Amino acid sequence: MSEDHSSDRSVASVRALELTVAALFFALGAIVAWDSYRIGASWGDDGPQAGYFPFYIGIIICVSTAVIFVRALWAKAKSHESFVSRGQLKMVMKMLVPSIVYVVLIGFIGIYVASTLFIGFFMRWLGKYSWAKTVPIAVGVSLAFFMLFEVWFIVPLPKGPLEALLGLN
Amino acid sequence: MAELASLFAGFGVALSPFNLMLMFVGVLLGVIIGVLPGLGGANGVAILLPLTFTMAQQEGGTTSAIILLSCIYWGALFGGAITSILFNIPGEPWSVATTFDGYPLAQQGRAGEALTSAFTSSFIGAFVAVILITFLAPAMANFALQFGPPEYFSVYLLTFCAFVGMSKGQAAKTIVSMMIGFALAAVGLDTVTGQLRLTFGFTEMLKGFDFLIAVIGLFGIGEILLTLEEGLEFKGTRAKLNPRVVLDTWKQLPRYWLTSVRSAAVGCFMGIVPGGATPASFMSYGVAKRFSKDGDKFGTGMVEGVVAPETAAHAAGTSALLPMITLGVPGSPTAAVLLGGLLIWGLQPGPLLFVEQKDFVWGLIASMYLGNIAGLIVVLTCVPLFAAILRIPFSIIAPVILVICAIGAFTVHNSITDVYLMMLFGVAGYVMRKLDYPLAPLVLALVLGDRAENSFRQSMIMSQGDMSIFFANGLVGGLTALALFLLFWPMISTLIKRAKNG
Repeated sequence: MSEDHSSDRSVASVRALELTVAALFFALGAIVAWDSYRIGASWGDDGPQAGYFPFYIGIIICVSTAVIFVRALWAKAKSHESFVSRGQLKMVMKMLVPSIVYVVLIGFIGIYVASTLFIGFFMRWLGKYSWAKTVPIAVGVSLAFFMLFEVWFIVPLPKGPLEALLGLN
Repeated sequence: MAELASLFAGFGVALSPFNLMLMFVGVLLGVIIGVLPGLGGANGVAILLPLTFTMAQQEGGTTSAIILLSCIYWGALFGGAITSILFNIPGEPWSVATTFDGYPLAQQGRAGEALTSAFTSSFIGAFVAVILITFLAPAMANFALQFGPPEYFSVYLLTFCAFVGMSKGQAAKTIVSMMIGFALAAVGLDTVTGQLRLTFGFTEMLKGFDFLIAVIGLFGIGEILLTLEEGLEFKGTRAKLNPRVVLDTWKQLPRYWLTSVRSAAVGCFMGIVPGGATPASFMSYGVAKRFSKDGDKFGTGMVEGVVAPETAAHAAGTSALLPMITLGVPGSPTAAVLLGGLLIWGLQPGPLLFVEQKDFVWGLIASMYLGNIAGLIVVLTCVPLFAAILRIPFSIIAPVILVICAIGAFTVHNSITDVYLMMLFGVAGYVMRKLDYPLAPLVLALVLGDRAENSFRQSMIMSQGDMSIFFANGLVGGLTALALFLLFWPMISTLIKRAKNG
């Protein structure tokens, strides 16, 4: 955020994204139709085959996305409108990237430790809170979830090495 | 008046101390969920659904479980209004229309008045819808008992065509979103032929996609990302509700009775025909604006402009449960999640519920009356508490909500893969929302996909592949014709407009 006006600059236009997403969904529809055709999309001895219904679903996706694609190509008015500005994208990425890391971490160190780190990281990095505020809140929230799920509702959540060390598994 | 007798029996079920406590807990949780960004009726209920698994196994537990979940839904409906009025942030999509006049009112220092009229109108809207359910549901269920596969398929068709016809944006986008839902529903083992579909050799895909994961990702993560674009700060007006303001507002509300009646009618209609609460609130706001003598002052802080969308949203949200319990066809994403709950607890939603699970159905209906009264009491007394929740800085609340979503996704099947999937759905939800792809049709198609397909295949087997079975008798033919009419409604209405303009 060195210059204020640079954060308003558009990263992608609505039109570009509209076209990309339509193309992606078209591909998805094509895959669905193709795979359904592969397992049989016609009429068998005992009724419709397994791919009968999804085949047409795939075809409808392809046709509809083609309509959206062509319409977006022709639409001039919205073409320069920004889908997401630089500042906005930055904020979204600031949330998205740590979230993905968090979700991956759950599998390795368990949900409670990962959540503590995630909340703590967020408060320090984005909220600029002092350690004295960050640590109690991050640990407290995770502890509260632990009590709620493991103790009261008896719903086991993924746990990692720390819980194993403490004999909580 | 057999309905009244059944209803009183239902009150007997719902009035147990445990169920009453669940009602208040549910409403309170629901309002909190409705107030928080990223958590709403649909994904809030989805996240809490796994917690009811053990509860539902006890004697009469399914009734308690549905009471808890439906009260969360009522709470979320109430909660959306709080953020709209105080912070100009619609906590729920259906409270967008409430911001138009609610926020200006709050800025003029009349927040108490706006909140009281929003809550009271919500309550009235819901109440009308519940009365409708009480008397219409048994008849509808009775009628639906004669349904065979073709009739069911035409009802599903009607549901989906209504979505296309009623959507405000591009119809093609509604269709794409719906069809993606169907495609996702088809993934996995085909129960009829035992063949694998769309798994591409991945064993993880055998189970298919669970709509609960999709709901949590699309609505939860997607919503947080969208909120973040606006920045980290919530700025809002402070509000306290004292009994004087509440009473004064109640005194002037009867003036808007006609608006209330119209809005409730719009809401009930849109809820049963699955348009949902969001279009209902917009439509009702528009209608009120056109018919009111102060129509041109709408948007500057008119109490009537709060009454109209709130009444309609709540009426629609409540009446969306009517097709859910009588036909097994939900009218809104949240109703779809509740339906998923019934299936998980081992109940078969549909007309047979009224025969086989009388206690459950009437307990639920009775709890709708009581839950909304509980809701009104909770929101009128706890506004400062809920507004305080919104003042928790976003850098704390955002990661906590994400943790809640992750836990919710994990507990559905105790699977980490589901948590990864949730993130994927979240990103998809963010992009789709920004490009105006509606998400509700996707969720509904994902929930109903298997059953719609099965009823279609059974009909096809019955008729040896002849499509005319969907026009075979008056009932199924009428439903199919109505469905097609709704599907082409956007085109028909443009033609009519063009003809009028010469």
